[in-house]
Amino acid sequence: MIDKLDQIFVLFEHWLLGYLPAFWRQPAGVLVNVVAIIAVFPTLMAISVWLERKGLGRMQNRLGPNRVGPFGLLQPVADGLKSLTKEDIVPRNADAAVHFLAPLVLLVAAFMGFAVIPMGRNMVLVEMDAGLLFYFSMGAATELSVFMAGWSSRNKYSLLGAMRAVAQMVSYEVPLLLSSVVVVMISGSLSLTKIVEAQNHYTGVFPHWYVFTPWGLAAFVIFIVAATAETNRSPFDLPEGESELVAGYFTEYSGFKFALFFLGEYIGMLSVAALGATLFLGGWSAPFSFLGWVPSWIWFFSKVMLSICFFIWLRGTMPRLRQDQLMNFAWKFVLPISLLNVLVAAAWRFLGGGWRQWVVCTLILALAYVGLGWGGMRRKRFGPRRYRYAE
Amino acid sequence: MLGEGLLKGLAVTAKNFAASYVSAERLTTVQYPEERIAPIEATRDFPFLVYDGEDWEAGLRCVACQICEKECPPKCIYIEKSKDKKPDFVGKMQIYPARFDIDISVCMSCQICVEVCPFEAIKMDTEFELSTTDRFGGLLHDRRALAKSNGHYRKIHPTEAGEVDARRAGEKAKAEAKAKLDAEAAAAKAAAAAKTAEPPAGAGD
Repeated sequence: MIDKLDQIFVLFEHWLLGYLPAFWRQPAGVLVNVVAIIAVFPTLMAISVWLERKGLGRMQNRLGPNRVGPFGLLQPVADGLKSLTKEDIVPRNADAAVHFLAPLVLLVAAFMGFAVIPMGRNMVLVEMDAGLLFYFSMGAATELSVFMAGWSSRNKYSLLGAMRAVAQMVSYEVPLLLSSVVVVMISGSLSLTKIVEAQNHYTGVFPHWYVFTPWGLAAFVIFIVAATAETNRSPFDLPEGESELVAGYFTEYSGFKFALFFLGEYIGMLSVAALGATLFLGGWSAPFSFLGWVPSWIWFFSKVMLSICFFIWLRGTMPRLRQDQLMNFAWKFVLPISLLNVLVAAAWRFLGGGWRQWVVCTLILALAYVGLGWGGMRRKRFGPRRYRYAE
Repeated sequence: MLGEGLLKGLAVTAKNFAASYVSAERLTTVQYPEERIAPIEATRDFPFLVYDGEDWEAGLRCVACQICEKECPPKCIYIEKSKDKKPDFVGKMQIYPARFDIDISVCMSCQICVEVCPFEAIKMDTEFELSTTDRFGGLLHDRRALAKSNGHYRKIHPTEAGEVDARRAGEKAKAEAKAKLDAEAAAAKAAAAAKTAEPPAGAGD
């Protein structure tokens, strides 16, 4: 019974495909999975938009949306309907074809990442050996779409936003990759299914998630930072920067294309949260061994939604960074420490078991954190400003 | 150490988030159409014309001097003077506005018209629910829409209205005293004239 509940979606798909001739089962199975992904994640997006508006409201001692439906739950539906009925304006000088394609590219690239992420036991669209590589190559396409949007709009704000976005995404792509590399080094596989399985062991009741190792924790923190920057979330929301750039690269988008950008942003967030959960939080595995009876997909989706809640919390807390702060942080702190973390992961692998690897790895990382934080991120002190009269 | 500030910030937002569910007095939101808070006394949005007494048309304090029309920075006031005259509160004959329009879509609520008015005739209202489906006609308020009683003024700005009323009462008293003096003087003069006029009349007799 419990096994059935765990595999309920897999069994449902098998039952559904049973009605088809054998030749059609393979393509139809893929189609069913794709439809499921396209249905589930926009729903989760709607929920996270609601959570975000409610949560941010509460953090600012407001109520948040409470008019549409009970507790304002239908607010995302109302927003969607509103954007559907709005006029779709394309600027006269815009490059119409690229302007049209940009939101589509963003959305497609954002959805493609889910193809390789295991969302439960046996619940993965494509069992790809190089799944992680595929994910990152798809993630790189979002940069292209952002620049397409900014360039084709022929608007100074759009272009500035796109420039910022590309600079930021390229800078943070490096630590994002380097923080994932350590997982590949330890688990010995690029396949996300294998990475989850490698974490699905328990010592006593505690799981062997990578976040519970020194290098894993460091990589996880770097991953969160890089992921917030990659998804243009606050405090790294410079590309949108509504107080400076109207709406950044999607300034010239209206109606449903704007909604597509909005959707793409949240889908990207969900996708990167799913990847983070897969790499460091054990994917669909239970947090304690005695909770193994709960269906695996529940764990996966609750981990994703918890990560979303953390992103929301972060957004409610942090002011936007300045461009130079953003770049300094990426190149002077995050990149060196993630490079060091690769070494630490190698040391962990070759120091053998026991307390020695824990002490050595923790010490190196802690020293690097304090040292780099002190040396690299020190605020420049210019002293009091003095006015000098012209002579 | 790096990240300390972030942790402190996260603690603050977490505290606000949790406490907003526990203590209702934290929430500053007013559920507007159902709940309302009374406007503070200094609230102002758009001007209105004050009238005394019951009849709005007869009681309008405005004498169509057009100072406000000239001073209005966005030029949202339009006044047409009347051809005839009517008595004001001290009984002096004054012209009155045959037309007085304010386009509140243009008005910027600067209160300059109120400051320049020598007759205490135009004051700032607190009414803000002025949305309309007719964006041209509906936002162009004519004399009838603008005229509001002195009672209304006393209700929305009690302190200010009290001062205005006292000043006007003083002016009226002064005017009445003057009228009385004038009347007495006129009577005395008339009497004196009658006295001086009498002898010749008698002489002429």
